[in-house]
Amino acid sequence: MLRSRAGVVSAILAGWIWGRRHAPIPFRAGKDVPPAAEDLRKRVRAFIAEETASGAFAPSRNSWSTYDAGFSKKCGERGFIGMIWPKKYGGHERTALERYVVTEEMLAGGAPVGAHWIADRQSGNQILHNGSERARATILPKIAAGETFFAIGMSEPDSGSDLAAVRTRGVKVEGGWKISGTKVWTSNAHRSAYLIALVRTAPKEEDRHAGLTQFIVELSHPGVSVRPIYNLYGGHDFNEVVFDDYFVADDMVMGGVGMGWKMVTGELAFERSGPDRFLSTYQLLQQSIRQLGPEPDERAANEIGRFVAHLATLRRMSTSVAGQLQKGAQPNVEAAIVKDIGTTYEREVPEVFRHLIPTEPTLARGESYPELLGMTMLRAPGFTIRGGTREILRGIIARGLGLR
Amino acid sequence: MSSVEGDPGMRDDLAKTIDRVFEAQCAKSVRESAENGEWPAGLWAALEEVGLPHAALPESAGGSGLSFEDAMFALRRTAYHAAPVPLAETMLASRLLAAAGLKMPRGAVTVAPVVGGERFKLAGGKVSGKTLRVPWANQCAHAVVVAESEGKDVVALVSTDGAAGATEKNLAGEPRTAMSFQNASVIASARLENAASRLATEGALYRGVQMAGALERTLEYALQYANERVQFGRAIGKFQAIQHMLAVLAGHVAAASAAADAAVEASVDGPDLFMVAVAKARIGEAAGRSAEIAHQVHGAMGYTREHNLHYVTRRLWSWRDEFGNETHWQTLLGRMVAAKGADALWPTLTQ
Repeated sequence: MLRSRAGVVSAILAGWIWGRRHAPIPFRAGKDVPPAAEDLRKRVRAFIAEETASGAFAPSRNSWSTYDAGFSKKCGERGFIGMIWPKKYGGHERTALERYVVTEEMLAGGAPVGAHWIADRQSGNQILHNGSERARATILPKIAAGETFFAIGMSEPDSGSDLAAVRTRGVKVEGGWKISGTKVWTSNAHRSAYLIALVRTAPKEEDRHAGLTQFIVELSHPGVSVRPIYNLYGGHDFNEVVFDDYFVADDMVMGGVGMGWKMVTGELAFERSGPDRFLSTYQLLQQSIRQLGPEPDERAANEIGRFVAHLATLRRMSTSVAGQLQKGAQPNVEAAIVKDIGTTYEREVPEVFRHLIPTEPTLARGESYPELLGMTMLRAPGFTIRGGTREILRGIIARGLGLR
Repeated sequence: MSSVEGDPGMRDDLAKTIDRVFEAQCAKSVRESAENGEWPAGLWAALEEVGLPHAALPESAGGSGLSFEDAMFALRRTAYHAAPVPLAETMLASRLLAAAGLKMPRGAVTVAPVVGGERFKLAGGKVSGKTLRVPWANQCAHAVVVAESEGKDVVALVSTDGAAGATEKNLAGEPRTAMSFQNASVIASARLENAASRLATEGALYRGVQMAGALERTLEYALQYANERVQFGRAIGKFQAIQHMLAVLAGHVAAASAAADAAVEASVDGPDLFMVAVAKARIGEAAGRSAEIAHQVHGAMGYTREHNLHYVTRRLWSWRDEFGNETHWQTLLGRMVAAKGADALWPTLTQ
């Protein structure tokens, strides 16, 4: 019994135990990082510095959910999107390490990457690995150019955490499928060309994960309507997307009929382990350190140090998962751990600094500290919900630990 | 072989070797008598036989031919077994001596000062000063001390004979002994720049590595118990409340593991202050939270001397306060970051 438990623990922690199985992507500059990645890091920093200096965006206000199509176009021109994809699909055949460097620099630099974020992080990878040749050839180059954006069509009004309960239905017709149903919490559906929809294409069986299929849906086509859902800070990211006998051609099916669940869960490892799961409040952390000055008092120094210790550790864990993903592993449990503790950390940042820098947070769109604190506080509840709630993640971790 | 990745085969062999040593030499009776002050001679001899006490040394300085990372992996595995011996101290002593160009004696060696007191002084080959809570000083024939001589740090090897005073125990029952020297002869000494801070920082690193090992065992015990203990007709691990507690525990253990790993990698040529501060702060936090959860999961059983959980949790509660607690390292880290300015934080993290 002990032996089997020990086996489970070492499997779960393999990514973090001394490279016994999967070494993290090496990240110490000058030691193991290939010069190409370090050059890239410098290029991204210079790019962000230029954009900031020209007034194109204000870093402190941004996060990876900030939509800016113009900025995404510039990223595409510089080869910062679709970096790991083949050149024939508009990609740049870079390594996962190089892509990681670019994404973390964008987030730390407060770049408004929200428009292309989903397509670059997960949709494009799905299309590359599971899409038809037509989908790859027509869509990927436009994503890589920073011109075409994606939304995620997983959640529904009655299916949030319980994703297998989706009721949007696909019915086979000549040459394709007719889709009907409603998707919800669909960020950027009102300004994206596509979404990937998880659809039930066969009646529920005992295995409720069977009979689900993913489709690439073109949002400009007839049969689909998009309605805004405003979030608590008054922003319009979310939408409700309704399909009414929407026709999707056979070659926009992803990875085969009935393969939806497997693909969705595979995608989640990419969605959950990246630097976006612990850098959402980096701008506030940085502003707070600036505000507290070069000689903070004991308590402030203590709290800053605690956050830095968490941040440095999370980065290590995240790069470790990236290393596993690069090797083709499916580190779903490790990814769930990164997201669980990463988002827990993110949510603590505004809660702690409001004590250290007495402020009445303000609901406005400026760049003053009370405005940044206010914005972060109102975004924070989403951190532990989007991409899998904390409770779902802990269930996944518990299953990985052999408790379910 | 990349020094970062280590050699997975080597790691597995090391772990198996260490596991065998503990199975043969560290029965519960040995643990209990060690807590009562009896030197676990059989265990120490077995560890010497497999070359662990000198494992952190380069081969040229009499080491076992292991990389520093592998040596730290070994230390971590012995902490997984809650080893009641001064292996970390001996490894640290050996590295300080080697850095100063001095030869390592045989047997277990401790390091001082650890807590409080004034700085040791060295003059005319004689050392003076006193300090508290030196680990295992009552059972080590030698100590490596860092003293000040003409304003410079000096590493000196001394005999503990006649210098060891009262012995207290930490929460795990490990001896912590006061030491006092008055013009005591040194066996050997040499200058080493920043030796005092190196001792403090590298000591924190080793305690962090040990905590990572003890945490791994803590998680294993908790999982095993949750799967075996039946209440209300099912294993308690089937209850969602328990599952979520264990998921949180796993997060802390994984974070501790990652932090230890990163600090070790950065410290091959001497402790990296920033990464060690990160590790000791983060692992110390994980230690407290994890021990709390593990005990809660174990209920009354974990509160007994019968179950073995306490051998690792009492070490976690002790080690997190040794060589600087979380507040010490967090504050140091916070001051470093603030002094460099907010814009320097990201470049520091990605260095």
